[in-house]
Amino acid sequence: MPDPSILLEMRHVTKRYGGTLALSDVSFAARAGEIHAVMGENGAGKSTLIRVSSGVTDPSDGELLYRGEPVRFTSPLQAVRQGIVCVFQELSLVPDLTVAENLSIVDGPRRFGLANRRAEIERARALLDSVGCGDIHPLELVRDLTLSRRQMVEIAKALGRKPRLLILDEATSALTSEDVERVFAIVRRLRDEGVGILYVSHRMQEIEALADTVSVFRNGRHIETFKAGSKPVGDIVQLMIGREVESYYPPKSTAPRGETALKVDALSWGRQLKGVDLELHKGEILGIGGLDGQGQRELLLALFGALKDVGGTVTAGGQRLRLSGPTEAMAAPLPIALIPEDRKFEGLMLPMSVKDNMSLAALKRFSGPFGIDAGAEAAEQQRCLKELQIKAPDLDAAVSTLSGGNQQKVVLAKWLMTAPGILLFSDPTRGIDVGTKQEIYRLLRRLADEGAAILFYSTDYAELIGCCDRVLVMYGGRVTRELAGDELTDRNLLEAALDVSPMRRSA
Amino acid sequence: MKTLRLTLAHNAGPLAALAIFILMFAIYIAFHPAGLSSAVVTTATNKAVLLALVAMAQTLPVLTGGIDMSVGVIFVLTNCLASRLVVGTMPEALLGILAVLVAGSLAGLVNGLIVVAGRLQPMITTLASGAVFAGIALWIRPSPGGDVQSDIADFATGTLFDTIPVGLLLLAAVVLAVWVPFRRSEYGRAALAIGSNENAAYVSGVPTRQAKMLVYVLSGLLAAIGGILLTCNTYSGEASATVAGAYTLNSIAAVVIGGTSLAGGWGTAIGSVFGAFILRTIEDLLFVFDLPPLWQPLFQGAVLLLAISVGAIRVFRVKNRLEIFQ
Amino acid sequence: MMATPSASSWTLAMNRFGIDRPVQIAIGCIIALLAAGAVYSPAFLSQDYLLQQLQIATFLGVIASGAMMVVLLGHIDLSIPWVVTLGAMMATGLSGWIGPLGVVLAIPFGILCGALVGVFNGIGVAYLRLPAMIFTLGTNAVVQGLLVLLTGGSAPQDKATDAMRLIAVGRSFAGIPNAVLVWLVVGGGMIFLLRRTRFGRAVYAIGNMEAAAYLSGIRTGRIIVACFAFSGAMAALSGILLAGYSTKAYQAMGDSFLMPAMAAVVLGGTSILGGRGNYLGTVCGVILITLLQSILSIMQMPDAGRQVIYGAVIIAMLLVYGRERSTRV
Repeated sequence: MPDPSILLEMRHVTKRYGGTLALSDVSFAARAGEIHAVMGENGAGKSTLIRVSSGVTDPSDGELLYRGEPVRFTSPLQAVRQGIVCVFQELSLVPDLTVAENLSIVDGPRRFGLANRRAEIERARALLDSVGCGDIHPLELVRDLTLSRRQMVEIAKALGRKPRLLILDEATSALTSEDVERVFAIVRRLRDEGVGILYVSHRMQEIEALADTVSVFRNGRHIETFKAGSKPVGDIVQLMIGREVESYYPPKSTAPRGETALKVDALSWGRQLKGVDLELHKGEILGIGGLDGQGQRELLLALFGALKDVGGTVTAGGQRLRLSGPTEAMAAPLPIALIPEDRKFEGLMLPMSVKDNMSLAALKRFSGPFGIDAGAEAAEQQRCLKELQIKAPDLDAAVSTLSGGNQQKVVLAKWLMTAPGILLFSDPTRGIDVGTKQEIYRLLRRLADEGAAILFYSTDYAELIGCCDRVLVMYGGRVTRELAGDELTDRNLLEAALDVSPMRRSA
Repeated sequence: MKTLRLTLAHNAGPLAALAIFILMFAIYIAFHPAGLSSAVVTTATNKAVLLALVAMAQTLPVLTGGIDMSVGVIFVLTNCLASRLVVGTMPEALLGILAVLVAGSLAGLVNGLIVVAGRLQPMITTLASGAVFAGIALWIRPSPGGDVQSDIADFATGTLFDTIPVGLLLLAAVVLAVWVPFRRSEYGRAALAIGSNENAAYVSGVPTRQAKMLVYVLSGLLAAIGGILLTCNTYSGEASATVAGAYTLNSIAAVVIGGTSLAGGWGTAIGSVFGAFILRTIEDLLFVFDLPPLWQPLFQGAVLLLAISVGAIRVFRVKNRLEIFQ
Repeated sequence: MMATPSASSWTLAMNRFGIDRPVQIAIGCIIALLAAGAVYSPAFLSQDYLLQQLQIATFLGVIASGAMMVVLLGHIDLSIPWVVTLGAMMATGLSGWIGPLGVVLAIPFGILCGALVGVFNGIGVAYLRLPAMIFTLGTNAVVQGLLVLLTGGSAPQDKATDAMRLIAVGRSFAGIPNAVLVWLVVGGGMIFLLRRTRFGRAVYAIGNMEAAAYLSGIRTGRIIVACFAFSGAMAALSGILLAGYSTKAYQAMGDSFLMPAMAAVVLGGTSILGGRGNYLGTVCGVILITLLQSILSIMQMPDAGRQVIYGAVIIAMLLVYGRERSTRV
């Protein structure tokens, strides 16, 4: 006997990508008039769940039912026309088209079969007003909008498609708190009108404020579904991680501070860096914290020489750097390595083999008059494979076939091969499973104990507290506070990040 | 007010091309011994319209991030075909025109099918299909010759009321009948969306495959219109690889000068029309300034290189070295 | 360079020697072509015919080597046609300008001129970040203009020197055409460069993801310029060989080589988007195209039919293995 309130139901759905199982035998239902939170770590299968539901991809196995009938969407358009509308995390807006054109990209107002621009603009105004973004001009190009504005346009676009089932995938990740409130109000209103809502988010507070029902996913499996508020937050985290979270971080070093490895004075660049001073010592893990986008990423890029026209001075291992490019940074007395934030575009050549990726930065070491010494190269690769416990069945296979965690380890291996004295980490654990995270923390500590100097930017406060000896908090392109020892707490970090109680400014 | 400002900003490329063209054409007329006469304008137009049509044909695949290296060959192929079919009595010739247009569209359809269903890279696909079309052109017309219905040819290359060149009117008609409806249709928007971000287009439910197919078909159709006009200009057909190559390459140049991004997602066929006019006016300018003919190819090449180098300004504004790789 | 994770040991072994799937298919097609030719006339399998085909293939092979280097970066060099002519004309003309010394320096000078055009291309692409397709097109037009001006204003020496004749048509070593030896040297150099040197790794890295290559400490600009310079030098060298073969340099002698060179590179399995491909594939592509052209001409197929078959075969082969992934995954 089918339950009439069920909008979309999955029965034993499995999705494989190559050799990896993204979804494994998932049975799950979304109901009308209900806000259903979907939770899980990165790689838990949430995005695949969304892709299958919204017709972007087909399940490898299993059955999809929509309003009681088995369905098989052959395109996203079919799903949209039946009322399944998705707000995608990687926005589905076309950057070179105007806001109005994007909002009516399919099934917009027509006249004689052609797009009716006047009506499109009117429609855009109405939709933008409905999400409280009347200040966006319909003829603005999407590429000229900030990320948070784009996200609101994306939500307006979804609303314009008259959803029966609305899927929000990390829809609030870039929004201001005001806009988040607006979105919440819209979502609640839709629920009361009988729309079903799948809400995917990492933010526990949002889930508590909004959800009626919660489902937890882990490793592509549906773990449990329960009423919101029926479990304490700790239990939910436990379900997501799947095991006890104890002794998560390696013990901190007790050795006295080593000599100065990197000294930065009055570093400035455009509007992002307004005079950053810092001193990094050998054997130390120095964290960089603060809200996202306060110049942390630019700081690391500037130190590595990837930015032009940087002001101030940088001294690495006693030698002043001209900041002319990565080649110079890598050749400093204490060689610098940058583990970039964006693994797929800046860290790896995805279609190239694991082997070639690993040794790319260190080829100088193996090169002689007769080219690359394949034996020495292979030996070093094997050493790194073991040291980092990289699970790669075939070194000749493309690095894209590895899991996210192992891909990140390949990036690490690439830089460890260059024997760096200073390591710059830019949010290295983003999108990585818990096990690998822990391995990376231990590796950081071991490298520091062996004398490396580490600058570690992270968006995860717990990580900063757990791993770092000191943390510099950045706000508006400056270091506004230094926290160490007992001061290094969640509360202090957050206050410093928001710049609410500037107790002590760093030198 | 803001609406106007944004509309202008969105059309900056074509408008700049138009301004440059007007300036160049004004210089040309000012220095031309005969001044602004209907004959001068008509001669200039008849040359320019051919490239303008081929450039429009090139624009459509470029908008999707593709390219059509066979566009010049289709132009020549339809020229050969027209020199056989657009003959005889008026009804026969008109039927012939229809047949040539269908043939051009079919050639485009072949390209579209290989790119969409065969999933091959547009550049390589059209290079290879270009060889096939060239072979067919050669088969149709092994040596230069043929004829064209003279009433049609005289009309198409003449003037209306002794003032306005018919070629220009035909071009305007093509823009209004093909480009404008295309741009405002679901598929035109889809074409731009594909070139801008294919994945976003796909998840938005845009008909990406149909749109890609359509741009190649329309490209073939526009090239065929050009081919027929070429026949009207030369009264013959010739399977010339040189002409085909020159038109393909100049069409790409015209597209770029007209403000269309070769990466796709941005541009208009109207800009390409002005781009084509600019390229042709350069030649005319060389003529009125009495540049020795030997210098002309070099001068043309240098102007082309300069025109496209304007795009390099971007690099010097970039402060983050990673951004230049995008 | 690449393999699927589930590859058998046989495929792995083959891949180690660069005999990947496109190469296997191309070799299969070559054998099929020869067999078809042999049915038509047994002369197709004679040593004479095969050596002669290799000699003719050299012109295309040398050009395709340079073209491949640029395609591996994800760029394209459309200035090849007139750089071929440039190489030939500069090499033949030098003795007319500087006297007897010009005879000695003819070949290096021609290659140098090609390389300089390549450097110019490389600077436009690597540092001005202009699309290679349109920038090299402009360069081609400028080189053409320069040569038209040069040959129109004066009549430079256009006879090939003895050395050029020797490397193009001579057979100084066991009856093997010297041209083939030139190609062997170029090919050997390419394989060494691509497989065994930092330069080669950098080329593949840039073709895959330029930003990541830059952040790995690769001087991407210099590598790009070097690749374009190599492409120019190879086009010029081929022009010199062609001039030696036909005893003189002439206008537009390179016009018929661009399309076959691109086809050879792509048929050999090099991705037109860059980052993937091996040199053996290009060799097979070159031989395949040369044989196809030769057989069609021996069968006295009219030019029209030849072009149709030629284009159709390339498309058909690419459909077998050159397809991209579907958007719907």
